[in-house]
Amino acid sequence: MATIYQDRVITAPVATPENQPFYDAAARGELLIKRCLACGEHHYHPRAICPHCFSDQTEWVVAQGVGTIYTVSVSRRVLPTAYAIAYVTLAEGVSMMTNIVDCDLDALAIGQAVRVVFKPSEGGPPVPMFTPV
Amino acid sequence: MSLKRQACIVGIYEHPTRKAPDKTIAQLHAEVAHGALADAGLSFRDIDGYACAGDAPGLGPLAMIDYMNLRVRHMDSTDTGGSSYLIHVMHAAEAIATGKADIVLVTLAGRPRSEGSSGTVPRNFGANAPDVPFELPYHAVTLNQYAMAAKRHMYEYGTTAEQLAWVKVAASHHAQHNPHAMLREVVTVEDVVNSPMMSDPLHRLDCCVVSDGGGAVILARPEIARSLNKPVINLLGAGSAIKGLNGGDIDLTYTAARFSGPSAFAEAGVTPADIQYASIYDSFTITVIMQLEDLGFCKKGEGGKFVADGNLISGVGKLPFNTDGGGLCNNHPANRGGMTKIIEAVRQLRGEAHPRVQVPNCGLALAHGTGGVISSRHGSATLIMERA
Repeated sequence: MATIYQDRVITAPVATPENQPFYDAAARGELLIKRCLACGEHHYHPRAICPHCFSDQTEWVVAQGVGTIYTVSVSRRVLPTAYAIAYVTLAEGVSMMTNIVDCDLDALAIGQAVRVVFKPSEGGPPVPMFTPV
Repeated sequence: MSLKRQACIVGIYEHPTRKAPDKTIAQLHAEVAHGALADAGLSFRDIDGYACAGDAPGLGPLAMIDYMNLRVRHMDSTDTGGSSYLIHVMHAAEAIATGKADIVLVTLAGRPRSEGSSGTVPRNFGANAPDVPFELPYHAVTLNQYAMAAKRHMYEYGTTAEQLAWVKVAASHHAQHNPHAMLREVVTVEDVVNSPMMSDPLHRLDCCVVSDGGGAVILARPEIARSLNKPVINLLGAGSAIKGLNGGDIDLTYTAARFSGPSAFAEAGVTPADIQYASIYDSFTITVIMQLEDLGFCKKGEGGKFVADGNLISGVGKLPFNTDGGGLCNNHPANRGGMTKIIEAVRQLRGEAHPRVQVPNCGLALAHGTGGVISSRHGSATLIMERA
C-alpha cells in the first residue's frame, strides 16, 4: 500500500511579536530556533525567556534544517486527504511538531532522516515541514 | 499537613443522558448538582464550596454559582482539561481540612455530541496561546497526538496493537452491564484491530466515545459524612502534576502520572499492589497503558503485557478498571472523562457498582485522570480513596 502525499490547505500561523523573526526567516527558506547565551541550550518553540535556565539572553540561530523522525502518525479520517503528523528531532537536539510531506506516507518510520521544506499556508507565512532525505 | 482522612466523598451523580440537544450546559451542571445532593441527602443551602472547569459557561464559578444561587466561601476553576475534577477534589479537601469549607460541590457537564466537537477537530486556543502558531498549521488534533505517543511507545517498548486492543476489550466487557453505556457490545481483540485505522496505530475502537452529559461529586468534613446515610468514603491521598514539551527536549513515552501518582500513594500510605479497583482515564487505549506504567502498577514499558489477556476485566484479571465501561464505551461528557472516573471508584467502594462488575469487598480504590494532550501539554491527577 502506498499513500502518496497530497497538498492540503494549511491553516496560517498567527505571527506574534515574540515569533515574528521565525516567520520572516521561513519566508526566506530558513528554519530559525532559539539558543540561550547563558546556558548554551537550544529550545523550541522559540521564546523570549530560556525554558531551560530562565535567562532572558536568548538569540535566534539558523538551524541546519535536518533531523530524524521521533514519532509519526498518518491521520486518515480527519481531513479529506491523509496527512502525516510528526515530531522531528533536529540536529541541534530540539524536537518540533511538524508534518512529513512530498513522499509515500506509508513508508515513513521512526528514526528516518528528514530535511526541512517550506509549504505555503493559507494567507500567512510559509511553515516548515519535512521530507525524507 | 496531610489530606489523609480529612475529607469524605458524600455525594455522586452521573447524568444518564448521552445526547442532550434540548438542554443547556448550565442546566446540565445544575441537574448533576441536583442529583449529587439527592444522593448525599443534602440541600443546596448546605453547600459552601463549589468548583467547575472550562466546560462550564461564562467565567465558570461566577456564572454557575449565580445560576444555581449558591452561597460559597471556597471556589475553584482550575482547568487541566479532563483531569480538572480530580484536582478540584484535592483542592476541596484542602479547603475542608483548613476550615475554609464544610461541603464542596464539583460539577462537570457538556454537549460535544450535540455540538459536533470531537477529537478530530483542532483545538484552537487562539494566537495568545504560545504553542498554537507552532501546532495549528500541522493539523494537530487530539486523536493524532495520542497516536504519536502510541507510536513511540511501540517503537521503544514493543507494545503491540493487540495489547492496545485489550484495553478496549476489557472496557466492553464492563459496558455490557451498564444500561446507560453508549457501546454495550462486547468486542474482541480482532474487532479492535480490524476496525478502521484513524491515525496509526490507533483504530476507531481504540478511541473513546463522544457524548453529552455530566457528573458531580460532593465532599464534606468527616463528621458530616458520618451523619449521612451512605457508606463513608475517605480521601486518603491526592496528587497533581503538569507535563509539557520541556523546551523541545521531549520524551513522549510517559505522562505526568509519573509525578501525581507517587505523591498520592505517599500521602495515602499505600502502594499500587494494595489497590483493589482503579478508574484510569481512557481517552484512548494507549492512555491507559501509559498511565498504568506511570502510576506503578507495572514497570515502564510493560503496560502492554499488563493489560493483555483480560487483566483489567473485573472478576477475571488482577486490576479491575473502569467497570462502568469508561470513556471507551460508556461516556465521555464534555470530552472530559475525569469526573466519571471518580464516580465509578466511589460506586465500587460503596458496593454500588453493577453486581456483575462489583469488586468483592472493595475497600481501596484509585481514580486517575489525564487532561489535555498526552504528547504535548497535559495535567495528571490521582486520588486514592477508602471505604471507612
